[in-house]
Amino acid sequence: MNLFCPIPKLDFDTINLGHGSGGTLTSQLLEAGVFQLLENELLNKKHDGAIFNLDGKVAMSTDTYVVSPIFFEGGNIGDLAINGTVNDLAMCGASAKYLSLGFVLEEGLKMTEFWDILVSIKTACEAAGVQIVTGDTKVVERGKGDKIFVNTTGIGTVHPKADIDAANIKAGDKIILSGPLARHGITIVSHRQGLQFETTVSSDTRPLNKIVLELLDEFGEHIHFLRDPTRGGLATVLNEIAAEAKLGVDISQKDIPVEDEVYGACEMLGFDPLYVANEGLFVAIVDAAVAGAFLKKLQQWEHGSMASIVGEVTKDHPRQVIMKSNIGGRRVVNMLPGEQLPRIC
Amino acid sequence: MKYVSEFRSPEVVDALLKEIRETVKGNWNIMEVCGGQTHSLVKNGILNMLPSNVQMVHGPGCPVCVTPVNLIDKAVHLAMDHNVILCSYGDMIRVPGSGMSLLEAKSKGADVRILYSPLEAVKIAKENPDREVVFFAVGFETTAPANALSVIHAFKEGVKNYSILTSHVLVPPAMEAIMSDAACKVDAFLGAGHVCAIMGIGEYYPIVEKYKIPIVVTGFEPVDLLEGILMTVKQLEKGEYKLENQYTRVVETGGNKNAVKTIDEIFEVTDREWRGIGEIPRSGYGVKEQYSAYDAVRKFKIDIAESHEDLTCLSGDVMKGKIKPDQCPNFGTKCTPVQPLGAPMVSSEGACAAYYNFHMATVLEGIGH
Repeated sequence: MNLFCPIPKLDFDTINLGHGSGGTLTSQLLEAGVFQLLENELLNKKHDGAIFNLDGKVAMSTDTYVVSPIFFEGGNIGDLAINGTVNDLAMCGASAKYLSLGFVLEEGLKMTEFWDILVSIKTACEAAGVQIVTGDTKVVERGKGDKIFVNTTGIGTVHPKADIDAANIKAGDKIILSGPLARHGITIVSHRQGLQFETTVSSDTRPLNKIVLELLDEFGEHIHFLRDPTRGGLATVLNEIAAEAKLGVDISQKDIPVEDEVYGACEMLGFDPLYVANEGLFVAIVDAAVAGAFLKKLQQWEHGSMASIVGEVTKDHPRQVIMKSNIGGRRVVNMLPGEQLPRIC
Repeated sequence: MKYVSEFRSPEVVDALLKEIRETVKGNWNIMEVCGGQTHSLVKNGILNMLPSNVQMVHGPGCPVCVTPVNLIDKAVHLAMDHNVILCSYGDMIRVPGSGMSLLEAKSKGADVRILYSPLEAVKIAKENPDREVVFFAVGFETTAPANALSVIHAFKEGVKNYSILTSHVLVPPAMEAIMSDAACKVDAFLGAGHVCAIMGIGEYYPIVEKYKIPIVVTGFEPVDLLEGILMTVKQLEKGEYKLENQYTRVVETGGNKNAVKTIDEIFEVTDREWRGIGEIPRSGYGVKEQYSAYDAVRKFKIDIAESHEDLTCLSGDVMKGKIKPDQCPNFGTKCTPVQPLGAPMVSSEGACAAYYNFHMATVLEGIGH
């Protein structure tokens, strides 16, 4: 339970079907909980939707969060849902401003758990500088969901100097990774049935909008492409980039940062860190001329000390990602045929 | 990481490659028996670093690949028609059966769970006393101790709703089957290091003598593999045939006696069918009579129609080292990891999957991409 925002007095200690009925219980849950906690000028109007102005070019993104377990080291489904959509907008070169928030709750969810998730949402919104302006709550019968699913949709204005487009990627561009791989996926897997092992690894869920905007301020159109390697990991993102740009990607294993403990867990579980999910990480494809300065700036960011140039775009082997192994051999890095791990975010 | 990084050292790898190049004169086909070794060779790019007259031939040591299609059909049948909780290592669930895979069964409502340890399945059985829990116990000698231990645990704790669907296979009879094939072109073996960690190395002396073939028990890291290849090449160039142990940091001559004792308590050696290869006498483990209550085949009296293989799949020839994965006409066209014809394209230890996913030659020739 969160000590800073104590749970308000409610008539029930678990969610029941009445909380999604649209009647008194829904109203009690929203008034005492969501509206009070997440309050802002637009949300306070409690209208069917939010009405606002936005200037200039606008980006919009949506994502649904079904992670299991809902609480994990370093976060929970609440802050994941805020950071995830904020970061998807950041990858468009946009600063998230307003978010919608939709819940599908399963009958029987503990009110204390729901409250802790709401408090995390509030904290994550403050950290990212975004507001929840509209939302929805539905409840499904026990067994028809899995505690809680969250959807967020975000909207924000695109940075005036941003021109993020796969068509801008050209041979010679450098590929920069903002930090160490695989923390979120390994954190989730360490909680799963049959896989419990002791670890101090925590999820890297965090907002990326501020650092991305600062980088855009300085490097503008020299940043050709951005993407966050969430599900499917770095390997999947690089394959998507190679396919969209119709160019090849060369990476070097020794330059790809992975923390020792994460690496050890991957070895033990037979996972390749290249395919494991991340949450607070991004890949930037930048003009070679600014790559050094870009990396230096990124390394000064509080989460950027392990940022690294991991490879470059090439005319050779179009649509393929090739990795030079630690021992100097070369191999293909393909897309995975299926999920390495389901319900990771 | 201690005990790993030393065995991935680029400097040591360079030195070993140099020595291999200086030593080798003839043309040699060396079979690495284990699928884990195949993947390490391909993922680290070693196949492209070796001199062209040292050809690695990929062996049958992928347990998922050699599990008979009939057993997958039995697992699907148990999950679909007997309402059991079917627990399995992750690799097995995408392998095609004659009707469907376990993954397809799961999507049709069967309770299929992916576990890392059979002891977890015993725990699930205790938590679900009203349901039958079956663990799909596949593997070579390496996974046999843990699978046997799960039966011992269930027996000691009086867990009666637990059983195993077993398809254990043994490495030495498979090596003999490969050598006795008239078309065999294998000049030497890299033995499977982890199998020997359990069983010791004694079983391989008779094979060395009978077929006059070098066997070097080898580990899985780049330095292990290259050192094993170097030791093998040295023997071949001198015309020697000996059993040697490269993987001394893990493999003791006598193996792991506790593990062997655990296996012997539950299992006995039986004839086994190998997918793609056929029946090999005395090449697997079956559950002993006194533990038959824990043998899913006997417990559920499974009676299903004869299973049929897709005959266009040449995985048998791949696993016997007769062809390389990319020499199969279906490779990357009719057979991919998403739509596999056979198990070696699915398993994380399968040679076809290794070639499809990682091998440079596949990309350079543009096959399947």
